[in-house]
Amino acid sequence: MEFIVSLLTATLRVATSILLAAIGETYAERAGVLNLGIEGTMFFGAFVGFYVADLTGSLWIGLAVAVLSGIIAGLLMALFSVTLGVNQHVSGLGLTLLLSGLALFAFRLKYGGRSTPPSIEPFPLLSPFRGIPILETLGEQYLLTYITFLVIVPLAWWLLYHTDFGLKVRAVGENPEAVDAAGVDVYRIRYLALVIAGGLMAAGGAFLSLAQLGAFTHGIVSGRGWVAIALVIFGNWDPFKVTLGSLIFGGTFALQLRLQAMGLQLPIPYETFLALPYLVTIAALVIAGRNAAYPAALLKPYRRE
Amino acid sequence: MKIIEMRGITKRFASLVANDHVDFDLERGEIHALLGENGAGKTTLMRILYGLYRPDEGEIRVEGRPVTIHAPKDAIALGIGMVTQHFALVPTLTVAENVVLGFNEGFRLDRQRIAEEVAEAARRFGLEIDPAVQVGHLSVGQRQRVEILKALYRHARVLILDEPTAVLTPQEVEALFATLRRLQHEGLSVIFITHKLAEVMAITDRVTVLRDGKAIATVRTASTNEEALARMMVGRESFGVRRETSARRGEPLLRMEGISAVDDRGLPALKRVSLTIHSGEILGIAGVGGNGQHELAEVLSGLRRPTEGRLLVEGRDMTGASPAELNAAGVGRIPEDRHEGIVGELSVADNMALETLPRFVKKGRLDRQAIIAHARRLIEQFQIKARPTDRAKTLSGGNMQKLLLARVLSRKPKVVIAPQPTRGLDIGATDYVRSQLLAQRERGAGVLLISEDLDEILALSDRIAVIYEGEIVGILPAQEADVERLGLMMAGAAREEVLP
Repeated sequence: MEFIVSLLTATLRVATSILLAAIGETYAERAGVLNLGIEGTMFFGAFVGFYVADLTGSLWIGLAVAVLSGIIAGLLMALFSVTLGVNQHVSGLGLTLLLSGLALFAFRLKYGGRSTPPSIEPFPLLSPFRGIPILETLGEQYLLTYITFLVIVPLAWWLLYHTDFGLKVRAVGENPEAVDAAGVDVYRIRYLALVIAGGLMAAGGAFLSLAQLGAFTHGIVSGRGWVAIALVIFGNWDPFKVTLGSLIFGGTFALQLRLQAMGLQLPIPYETFLALPYLVTIAALVIAGRNAAYPAALLKPYRRE
Repeated sequence: MKIIEMRGITKRFASLVANDHVDFDLERGEIHALLGENGAGKTTLMRILYGLYRPDEGEIRVEGRPVTIHAPKDAIALGIGMVTQHFALVPTLTVAENVVLGFNEGFRLDRQRIAEEVAEAARRFGLEIDPAVQVGHLSVGQRQRVEILKALYRHARVLILDEPTAVLTPQEVEALFATLRRLQHEGLSVIFITHKLAEVMAITDRVTVLRDGKAIATVRTASTNEEALARMMVGRESFGVRRETSARRGEPLLRMEGISAVDDRGLPALKRVSLTIHSGEILGIAGVGGNGQHELAEVLSGLRRPTEGRLLVEGRDMTGASPAELNAAGVGRIPEDRHEGIVGELSVADNMALETLPRFVKKGRLDRQAIIAHARRLIEQFQIKARPTDRAKTLSGGNMQKLLLARVLSRKPKVVIAPQPTRGLDIGATDYVRSQLLAQRERGAGVLLISEDLDEILALSDRIAVIYEGEIVGILPAQEADVERLGLMMAGAAREEVLP
């Protein structure tokens, strides 16, 4: 029992960063843009958040500036893929290369010569349910985790399905011609979606450096962005189902950490455990992805004939 | 009172002049046809009026006031609505969501409120439709109703319809016309883009004829007739190729026995289809697009494997044979999509040799001279306007189709599968293709003609089979078939005894 509760607690914690990024990617793809800049944007957000927090001494300012950097990354993606109509694979991978390189370069400049990796005091864990069994442990989370699960996910869902803006986002990813003919500016909607996406991706990255680790390392994101893309497909571009996917990934990740920590004498190398979450993601994708209903206009730059 | 006036509209695309100083005007409350062949500039002119293109020259007035229309948003604000040929609908959204898209008040999307509003508008305009249904589940006729409703919901006083009957059954066309007449009485002005003369005569008050980007004339429908309009439209007196002799039907060449197949999504597309094609006949397949015609052609050319049933070629079981095997057995297929059948980057000569490359191999290398000589022969024989070394993608649609015909027919196949062979071609090229199909029949080949154009089916076929939702719902000898009877069968409303 105790094992399960602590596993669930860790699951929520691990899932937060990937969920933020996946919700962002959901918006980008719903609007018809595959944003492969996700990995770079997370990495950049992780660095900017850490650096600004270190500089100003305020974690919140660090987070805010990280989100801002993600918004700028989103605008850059929009400039290439929407306005200039560059192939989305090329512009997205280009963005990831650019932002990863930039973050590593700045990190070297600022923290280059040290022998120990720099660290900051991370966000504290809240424990609002002191004294209540199970909930006490389960509720011991970062404020950002609470915000992500209780505010951002429902808000993202409501915005997508119950507002005029969400209707336009869904329409623009399926049939931009229809949106254009209805007198709505296709580019404007795609820009807004990419701005939201960039901000959430960077927030997901910053969560790693500002809360989960309290440090910045080269491997801090380690493919979470790519996993987020898989989770969006697994979740059929629906914020709640994407959340479910993030929990499965987070759960497997937390499980493998515990399996490693148990120090079992097994005839397999411990790296097998490390690979487990990614294997589960692939398996989930293969099962759910067979019937995936991709937004029809995904990958297609919109041009009036 | 003129509600729309367009003066001296010119639009160029690179070297092509799509509209050349076109004048057009629309009276309040009239139905006005814009008549012309494919490529005459009808759609371009209307896309300019709706703000999808900007004119290079010219002036637009709405109710006497000069206006600039930069985007559909401006046109909508001026009370202009357009139903484009490819519907501007989002299949994953509901009818109500599609209707209010871009026209919703406030930030919230109150599903219940918009459903009520859209239902109320549908009642008011007599366009009954369930607002809660996903558009992807609607028939083509229903989608068109959603498009019209969408325009009227935005307070359109001028409605542009681009080839609205192209995808409808004759019965759906009647329903559309009834709706338009009623809306006309309520003061709506309609611009009706078409190339079908019968429709012009049936529904419109005035006609403007376009040819090669120029406005040829505007006349009252009541004071003209189909022949006069056709002359203005094509600039010559031609009336199509028809079959003149009756069939000298020979022995059966190709037989389908209870063939079923699924489409790309795994849904049933063909249901126990049994057909026989004889030597010396044209068997026409009539039907509204998307009822299994595409899959039928693919099964017959070996591109799609049937899930049950047998395919016999001259008595030999060829079920599941590859395209190459069917080819060798004498089944020739004219590709349905011209661009799919041609490699645009390769030369005309290479494209002509593609299906029979082994013939041109000498000592393990391609014999370029033989390929060029072969191309020269076909170019002359099929009157193709191209040189052997031209890249295929530079050819016009008509010449591309001739290239494909040349490639297939030069091998004298016993059976010719011709899915939509004249789609998108102008009258000259259409006549040519039809005469070639008739020539194959004279030669003793069996021809399967799949077409959505009923006039074409009636003009060429010796027997006509109607396909509806993947089933052959009847086979009629040509002399017993007429538009009305076929129309009812195409809509699934009637069946005939199926004689294989």
